[in-house]
This record gives sequence, structure tokens and C-alpha cells, in this order.
Amino acid sequence: MNFKTRLGLGILAFFTLLAVIGPWIAPYDPSAMSDDLLSPPSGAHWFGTTTTGQDIFSQVLVGTRGVMVVGLVCGVLATLLSIVVGVTAGFLGGAADEALSALSNVFLVIPALPLIIIVASMLPSADTVLIAAVISLTAWAWGARVLRAQTLSLRRRDFVEAARASGERTWRIIVFEVLPNLTAVIASGFVGTVIFAVMLQITLSFVGVVSLSTWNWGTVLFWAQSNQALGQGAWWWFVPAGLCIALLGTALALVNFGIDEYANPRLRKVRA
Amino acid sequence: MTVSGEDRSVALEARGLVKTYRRVRAVQDVSLVLHRGCVTALVGESGSGKSTVAKLLARLVEPTAGEILLDGEKVRRVREYRRKVQMVFQDPFASLNPVHTVRYHLTRPLKIHRRPETVEELLARVNLPADFASRYPHELSGGQRQRVAIARALAACPEVLLADEPVSMLDVSIRLGVLNLLLDLKERLRLAVLYITHDIASARYFADETFVMYGGQLVEGGDSESVTQRPAHPYTQLLIESAPDPERSVAALDAPVEEAAAVSAGCQFAARCPKVQARCWVEAPPRSDVGAGHWAACWLHVRAAGAAA
Amino acid sequence: MTFLLRRALFYLITLWAAITANFLLPRLLPGDPVQAMITKLGGRLNSDAMASLYILFGLDEKKSIWAQYVDYWGALARGDLGLSFTFFPTPVADVLAQSLPWTLGLVGVTTVIAFLLGTLLGVYAGWKRGSWLDNLIPVTTFLSSIPYFWLGLIAISVFSVTFPLLPASGGYAAGLVPEWSGEFVGSVLEHAVLPGITIVISSVAGWILGMRNMMVTVTAEDYVLVARAKGLSRRRIMFAYAARNAVLPSISGFALSLGFIVGGALLVEMVFSYPGLGYVLFQGIGAKDYPLMQGVFLVITLAVLVANLLADVGYLLLDPRTRREG
Repeated sequence: MNFKTRLGLGILAFFTLLAVIGPWIAPYDPSAMSDDLLSPPSGAHWFGTTTTGQDIFSQVLVGTRGVMVVGLVCGVLATLLSIVVGVTAGFLGGAADEALSALSNVFLVIPALPLIIIVASMLPSADTVLIAAVISLTAWAWGARVLRAQTLSLRRRDFVEAARASGERTWRIIVFEVLPNLTAVIASGFVGTVIFAVMLQITLSFVGVVSLSTWNWGTVLFWAQSNQALGQGAWWWFVPAGLCIALLGTALALVNFGIDEYANPRLRKVRA
Repeated sequence: MTVSGEDRSVALEARGLVKTYRRVRAVQDVSLVLHRGCVTALVGESGSGKSTVAKLLARLVEPTAGEILLDGEKVRRVREYRRKVQMVFQDPFASLNPVHTVRYHLTRPLKIHRRPETVEELLARVNLPADFASRYPHELSGGQRQRVAIARALAACPEVLLADEPVSMLDVSIRLGVLNLLLDLKERLRLAVLYITHDIASARYFADETFVMYGGQLVEGGDSESVTQRPAHPYTQLLIESAPDPERSVAALDAPVEEAAAVSAGCQFAARCPKVQARCWVEAPPRSDVGAGHWAACWLHVRAAGAAA
Repeated sequence: MTFLLRRALFYLITLWAAITANFLLPRLLPGDPVQAMITKLGGRLNSDAMASLYILFGLDEKKSIWAQYVDYWGALARGDLGLSFTFFPTPVADVLAQSLPWTLGLVGVTTVIAFLLGTLLGVYAGWKRGSWLDNLIPVTTFLSSIPYFWLGLIAISVFSVTFPLLPASGGYAAGLVPEWSGEFVGSVLEHAVLPGITIVISSVAGWILGMRNMMVTVTAEDYVLVARAKGLSRRRIMFAYAARNAVLPSISGFALSLGFIVGGALLVEMVFSYPGLGYVLFQGIGAKDYPLMQGVFLVITLAVLVANLLADVGYLLLDPRTRREG
């Protein structure tokens, strides 16, 4: 496992840890106001404060959980869906394949952001898990498509025919012969979905569609934007949250590279 | 077939098998009989349809027409059929699942068909040591993998073994070992073996009966000795001649077979036959006897009433 | 030809699905989003406007779902997307017509630039494996993980607030009248620089990576080896042999990721108050302007589908295999 992958996993572990212990170690309640209005980073407030004196460091810390939970839930849900649809379509072929492929392509092509915005704003109370579910519905299609292509090529391999000739039942062939050969693809898809979900959730929060009662990095940016942080030169309000997003995204992408290079030896770094 | 007191009854019979893919007739009116304790060779080049015949007999593919009889009856339930008819594939590198151990590969058919044998016993039957059970396919050589594939086929305790070019992808030095193993198993277990190959020379060594296939049809058949030593059909003759033999001059075998898209009414081999006559293009030749149990489908051997052959 | 026909059919089906989703959503989700608005604005809505809103949002309890569905299609065919609440009493269709060109311009130009730039860089990076270009990868990865809108915020902070070089918002300077004059066009370009660069920087990394990986795979293929053995110039091989094959997945990926790119671009518009569909959508969210939001969704979907179709044509022209099957 090379350096890039280890770096990615390290950052990921760090954020996971924060997600778990964040609310406990935060120095202040993120919603608590104080008299320290809009002050730059200092000893008392590492990331500075907002226009109502809230501690930004605590907000980012507590917000980690909201982000990681959504990422994880969506990752799992969407990956499960993509496996069911993609592998079935690739293995069964024929009419079932055409129908399932058409379904995933429709979900793939329709632009997710405007659609989710509409759905989220129509829901009376958009809490985290519900949003995660809605995001999963838009995120599964890409993985399904990739899995279908892989399954199609696997299906023609002799060991699948040999399993049939041995008398294996179809479901056992799918689960025990085909799926184990797809682990790299599935893992890669999972990571990609988590990235997608995290970005989408943060975007929704930033735009103000999702309920603002739970803290996540996007809500921090939302408040920064609506209070004209930029115009007032309060860079500390929006820089940390954004950096965290970028870091998490980079970590996930690095892990994905690691998986890619594991699966395709040609991509490994050439020792020049 | 000489009767020697051992069981040589019919295990598998295929009648009039036809398989058409879109507009291509891969298999056209093929009838075969496999006897217990005998090896039947099916010889042909790439595209002749021989692998399709194997898949049809293994029921991995459904025939467009024709029927398959196992022990004299049509078997409806595929499970039952699979217990009695097993297949060994050509490519030892592709026929084993890279993520599973040898033990897994052999345990599955034992479980599916509820056989009492152990994995170690199966390995012993194919002359592999018992500790191979914990190995993965990529840790085995081609010959070893093929033995595992044979062991897997044997796990179901079949009556018929379909071997689709079992040694074509193995090093020449290994081939004999695997073929001898198959011969040995055939004798001990009284298996009916279908040996598919493009190498007619090995058919003489290995098989009791040999059939020659071209363009989806059987063009010659009989016991291996006659077919390989006294080939009657021009195609078989070309095959024999093309086997490297420094004492013979080589006859040129031209362009490879194009898939017989449109089925012509005449002989399929007419375009490449060095002894082609006018009627070959127009009418498909019937089978004629050329010796004891040896037949060929060629106009050269048809003695029409009153006409010179 | 059949290839294109099949794709076109698929897009039609997708469009139908999007329209039907638009139809079903307000009727399926709990709560009555539009009724509240109508009550609030009741006095200022004439009967036509009320009727069209009823059709679009299914407030007419007396009609069956199927009849409502038919009416909905009728309204769409007439180009009637209802009245916008935020820009009352302007019809949604007019609002969209005004903002669409801005989005098309910004997104269209930047996406093409990012695609070309990224693909070219990817070609070089993939061709010269092991060179310093490979070290760019973690950097570009980091850049592509930055949310578009955040990059926009930073850009504004640096280039508009700290060093007032470029304008922070709008499509053109306030007070100017839209016309084909040098001053106006200049102002438009000036206002497009920051949003444009933001989009390009954020999206270019994806193209670079995809192209590089494909180039690596393709250059290992035998036909490239043959080309080199034949003695063709390296540049010729790199472009006409390797890149031409390696770019195919990027093109089909382009079409698919278009929805994603559009989403990002919408956000950039929001941040820069750039007068395109994104900004309009943003304003609609605050006011819960459902007719407007649904209208934006439909237009964006249509645009994405058309872009997909164009990409399919491009793929058809480049890949002879599809031509033969088609």
C-alpha cells in the first residue's frame, strides 16, 4: 500500500474519530452566542467567531458528525442498490437488462441537484436521515452502470459456465462466484458515492434547503454567506469548513486511487 | 465395437441436434452415441461447431432442434442431468474462479450432488497431493489446474464426461500425462468420454471412435484406426496430411472457415475441396459406408446405380 | 443510425420521466406547498393565473389524476409553467428565457475549456508516465475536492475584496443596458472571469485523471507498439493513435457527468449572483417558489439531454465501431 493510499486512509480515520468524539471535545456549544462578535482566530476561539459570537471551531467540530453520518448512510444504501440493480442486469441479460439499464440511465442523466432541491424543499421537515435517503436515490445509478458492465464481462468467463455445469443454482452463482470478483469495483463505487453524498449534502445545507437545526460544514458556510462574511472580510468564517470539505474529499479520492491501482497494476507509479 | 464382457452400453445419445444463432447454423443435424468405457473423439477446426456440440450436450445451451437421451430417456430436470453429465473446459486458467481455493471448487459439487467422498479422495484420484486443497488457482500450473477441473467434474460421480479440448492449452510435455489420466479414469469408472480436439493425431491415440466435423456437420465417422489411417472424406485427408510428418509433402489448407452463414444446399466443404465435382455444389452428399462401421459423407464414395463412382 | 435513434429514444423517455416526476412530486409529498402561496397572493392573481397554477400543482381536487396529467402536458405544450412567486407577476417561462442564455454561456464555455484543457493535460501526463506530471495528481485531486462554491467564495475574497481586481457579482456592471456594444460586452467578459475560472479549476482535474488513466492503458496496447515500430512521429502516435482511442471513455463520461457539472455551475452562479438559472433557482428556494424551481429543473434537464445527444454524435463520429453497428 503506497504513501498516497495510507495518507488518504489516515485523514479518513482522523475525521471518523472527530465524528465520534466531536461533540464531547468541542470547547463551546456551537449554537451558544457570546459577546465576542466576529473576531478573528485567537487563543480563546481557534477559528474565530461569527456575527453572533458563536465559536466556529466548535461548529466545525460538531459538524463533522453530520457530514460523516450522511456520507456513510448514503454510501451503504446507494451501494446496496447499485449492486442489486447492476449485477442483476448484467447477469440476467435480455429484457430484464434493458429495463434495468434504462432505469439507471434515467436516474443518471437527470440532474440531481435541482431535483433534490425541489424534493427537499417540499418536505415539511428535512432531517438528516431523510435527506440521506433522498440522496441515495440519486447516487446509486453510476455504480449500477459500472457493476453491470463488469458483470457482463464476468458472466462469459468459463468459471461461471463451469459453476452452472456443476449444478449451482443461479443465485448462488451470482452471490458466491460473481460478486467476490467484483469487490474492487464495489469498494471503489462505495468511496465515490460517499464523496458524492457528502458534497451534495453540504451543497444543500449551503443553499439553505436542509433543516438548519443540525450542524454540518455546509450550514456553517450558509450562515457565513447570509451574514456577508465575505464583504466584511471575515475569512475565518468560511475557510475552515471549506478546507475540511476539501480534505475529506481528497482523502476519499486517494483511497479510491489506491483501490484502482490495486485492481489495475498498470496504474501503479513507475519507479523512474 | 468389440464386446469384451464389460459394460459398453449407451450412456448418452444425441439425435439430430441443431443449433442456430441468428442466421448462423453452428450445429446442423449432429447425431452422436457415447458408450460407457469408450472415448469418442470429435475432431474439427475452429468454427466447426464442436465446442457448441459440447455445450449442447452439457445443456449449457438449449438446442434449436433435436433431442438428447440419457440412458435412453429424455431427462427433464437439469439437476439430475448435471449429476450424470459433467464437463471439463478448454482453458485451465479461466475455468477456475480465482477467488476460491481448490477445496471450495471441489466441495461445491460434492455438496450439490450429495456425494460422500472427501476433497482429499478426489485429489488423490487425479494424482494430486492432498495439501493442494488449500491452494488458489494462481498457485497452480496449467496441468495441475486441469487436473483440479477433472476432479471437480468427477465429484458428481458422472457417467459421461465431456472434455472440450482438455489439453490444447497445456504444454506439449504435460499433455500426455493428462490424457493418460483421463484414459485411466475412463477404465476404472466406466465413463463415457467425449473428447473434442482439433488434433486428429491425438484422436488415434486416445479415442476408440472418431467423428470429423466441418461447418457444423459430421462428415466422417468410424473407429479411430480406420478414420485416421484410411480417411475417406477429403477434409479428413487434409487434416491427416497437415499433421507435421517430415516424410510427407504438405498439402495446402487455404483460407480459414468462414461461418456458414447461408446454408447452401450442397456440400459445405465444396469451396475448399481439392476433389470437388459439379454435383457437390448442388446437392449435399449422403453417408456411405467405406468399411466396417466406417462411413463418410462424400459423393466420391456414393455408388449410384449404373453410374461410375 | 440506429445507435443515434436508440439514444434519442432514451432521451425522450428520460424527458418524459422528468416531466412526470415534476407532475407527481407536489401531489405525492405531504403538505400543500402552493396553496399557502395562492392564499397569500390570492387577490392579485387573475383567474387565468390561478387556473394554470391549479393545473400545474394539482389543486383541482375534482379532476382525476389522469385528467390532471393530460392538462399538465397541455400547459407545458403551451409553454405555460405558471407564474413565479418571487418575480410576481412574471411568468416562469419568461424568467427562464431571460436567465438561460447566461447559464449556457458560462457553463458551455467553461465546460468546453475544462474538457479540452484537462484532456490535453491528461494526454501528456499519461504519455509520459513517471515524469513530474504524475506529481500533479495529488494537487489536482485536492483541487477537484474543493466544492465549486467554496472556491468561488475564496476567489471573491481574494480578487474582489482584498485586491479589488474583478467584480464580485452580477453578469455585467449595474447601470449598463444589455446591447451589442463594446462596453457591454467588455463588462460581461469582466464579470465572467471569476465565475469561469472557478468552474474550470474545479472541474479540470476530473478530465485530467480520467484521460491519464486511459492513456496509460492504451499506450500499453499492441497497436501503439506497432505504430512506434513503424517509425511514426511520437506526436502523431500520441494524438492520432493513443489519444483518439483513450478519449472515448472521456466523451461518454462527459455526457454522463454533465448533470454533475451543471449542478456545480449552478452553485457558482449562486455565489457570484451571476444572472443565470442557478441564481434564479437560489432566489426561488428562499421564497419557496415552486413553479420557478420546477421550471428550472425542466429546463436544465432538457439542456443536459441535448448536450448528451451532441456528445453521442461526437462519439459516433470518433468511434468507427459504433458507426458499423449503428
